Amino acid sequence: MAALELRNVRKTYGNAAQEALKGINISIEAGQFLILVGPSGCGKSTLMNAIAGLEDISSGAILLGGEDLTGVEPKDRDIAMVFQSYALYPTMTVRENIAFGLKIRKTPAEQIAAEVDRVAKLLQIEHLLDRKPSQLSGGQQQRVAMGRALARRPKLYLFDEPLSNLDAKLRVEMRTEIKLMHQRLKTTTVYVTHDQIEAMTLGDRVAVMKDGAVQQFGTPQEIYNNPANLFVASFIGSPPMNFIPVALENHEGRPGVRLDSAGGSVCLPLPQLASNLADGREAVLGVRPEQIGLGRGQEAGGPVLEARVQVVEPTGPDTLVYVEVNGVQVCCRIAPVDTPAIGSNMLLELDIERLVLFDPTTGARIA
Amino acid sequence: MADSLSRKRLSFNRIAIHATLLVACAVYLVPLLVMLLTSFKTPDDVRAGNLLTLPVEWTLIGWVKAWDTVQSYFWNSFMITVPAVIISTFIGALNGYALSKWSFKGSNLLFSLLLFGCFIPFQVILLPMSFTLGKLGLANTTAGLVLVHVIYGLAFTTLFFRNYYVGVPDALIKAARLDGAGFFTIFWKILLPLSTPIVMVSLIWQFTQVWNDFLFGVVFASGSAQPITVALNNLVNTSTGAKEYNVDMAAAMIAALPTLLVYIFAGKYFVRGLTSGVVKG
Ligand SMILES: Nc1ncnc2c1ncn2[C@@H]1O[C@H](COP(=O)(O)OP(=O)(O)O)[C@@H](O)[C@H]1O
Ligand SMILES: [Mg+2]
Repeated sequence: MAALELRNVRKTYGNAAQEALKGINISIEAGQFLILVGPSGCGKSTLMNAIAGLEDISSGAILLGGEDLTGVEPKDRDIAMVFQSYALYPTMTVRENIAFGLKIRKTPAEQIAAEVDRVAKLLQIEHLLDRKPSQLSGGQQQRVAMGRALARRPKLYLFDEPLSNLDAKLRVEMRTEIKLMHQRLKTTTVYVTHDQIEAMTLGDRVAVMKDGAVQQFGTPQEIYNNPANLFVASFIGSPPMNFIPVALENHEGRPGVRLDSAGGSVCLPLPQLASNLADGREAVLGVRPEQIGLGRGQEAGGPVLEARVQVVEPTGPDTLVYVEVNGVQVCCRIAPVDTPAIGSNMLLELDIERLVLFDPTTGARIA
Repeated sequence: MADSLSRKRLSFNRIAIHATLLVACAVYLVPLLVMLLTSFKTPDDVRAGNLLTLPVEWTLIGWVKAWDTVQSYFWNSFMITVPAVIISTFIGALNGYALSKWSFKGSNLLFSLLLFGCFIPFQVILLPMSFTLGKLGLANTTAGLVLVHVIYGLAFTTLFFRNYYVGVPDALIKAARLDGAGFFTIFWKILLPLSTPIVMVSLIWQFTQVWNDFLFGVVFASGSAQPITVALNNLVNTSTGAKEYNVDMAAAMIAALPTLLVYIFAGKYFVRGLTSGVVKG
């Protein structure tokens, strides 16, 4: 049985012309960490609020542990949520903030004290318990907001962009802590972010959203290696996937794509491409930077591309080299020892098996 | 050189500003001064003369006599004002909370209609109100007058609180709902503790409005239940006997004292409450 199941969830806000959610279908197992990722305004918060019961949905159903939540009040859903703005109660101390939910649920006082202690220890905020939220730094407020959610042991945690107000360093630290915490507590979690690195590193399952619809739902690896369309491919990955306009053609009876660069023109065979498609039509070739390596020359086998080096960006662990292919700039990720000189020609080899092709107008995957 | 010139001009401007302010101050304060001086004079002293001279002999007979006459009405005013202020502030807060945080179908229309209430002149509602009070059996009672003030004040208090609560982040309400808090728990535990500035505004506004009211008092209360504003009018307008200006002035001071004190001690909260935004995050 699925821990959380969304069945064709639709939502239109009062007088809005457009649907905010256009039929969402997602199902995750107990203990899984689901990431909702997508650009701002795509409906992530709307979906969270719908799961929490803070917004009614127009049609469809939300099931938690097999139970239909339609008509169930937020307080009876056994869900805890962390808000992007933290939403700490300004007039209460940290202790009172964490205890508020327990107090309302008439938990015995000694049990509340024990729970506050446990959470404070877990998040290392014991020394802050008697402060007011306005006396805390952003990072500390964020911890308290998490503490408030952790204080009950709900069926489901909802995190709505919890780290987006932190500076870069703190964000990375908290990301790791959240992952550790989830491995320890194993509570089913839905986590919203517009940061694709958070999506890749934290999630068991990722749903990539755009304009109120799920574009792809799968494991982070599936999403990364096998993007369903141009949008998913461009949204996930940093530096982003290269998109090279190509023509599909048959070369010596094998389907492939033509690539032009400073060193000449080659036809790259693509075994995954159906030969009936290779009729000269336009397509977009998707290549991730790490799928382009240093070429070992014709004799080592496989077609090789020779391109002029335009920009070199050493990042430390590897170096990003920008070359021009088919009139667009293409980013390659290579080992620092192989760093070429700017302006020189460089031999490149593509990881053919993992290349993907998209339709240039619809963005749909062709191969 | 240029610097000292501009400083000179600046100081001239300052003098002009201060002079203007002093004149304005005098215009407002001289009547008060005349009232105070007169209230401490003997009747003979008043008749003898100059408005602005100090009393020949300082005396409290005016104040004592005034207090004897208006004392019961002074307490009437308290009996009317205190409940009217507290009830209208409380209901205004509840209204503002519901209108800003639990918006329902037609809530904006309802708010617009309520706002309309701020612009209805007192005179317009006198007849329908007395009809209603009669039906309720509250005609000529203190409770009836309180009811009138509460209803009339609600438009203002609702406006104050609604605009203040619009600035409270919605996420706070959402968080509390997930924590299990209902409509009233959220109001008591989350919003009211945040509301001190706007509560002060509402209390001060309503106190001055209700205490200073004359029209509702003269229409809806009679005889010994009248508020001090009506009693003062009756006292000053009696045509029997000689005019006792010292008593009139002392009684007027007594009638004005509570609102004066409210402004002196709480005026800064009024300004602060109207200008301050709400909570940070
Ligand atoms: N309370 C609301 N009333 C009307 N439209 C809303 C409301 N909240 C969000 N929307 C609209 O719904 C869409 C999705 O918003 P949201 O879920 O907040 O996106 P995200 O969290 O992904 O940035 C947006 O177009 C937004 O303008
Ligand atoms: Mg959002």
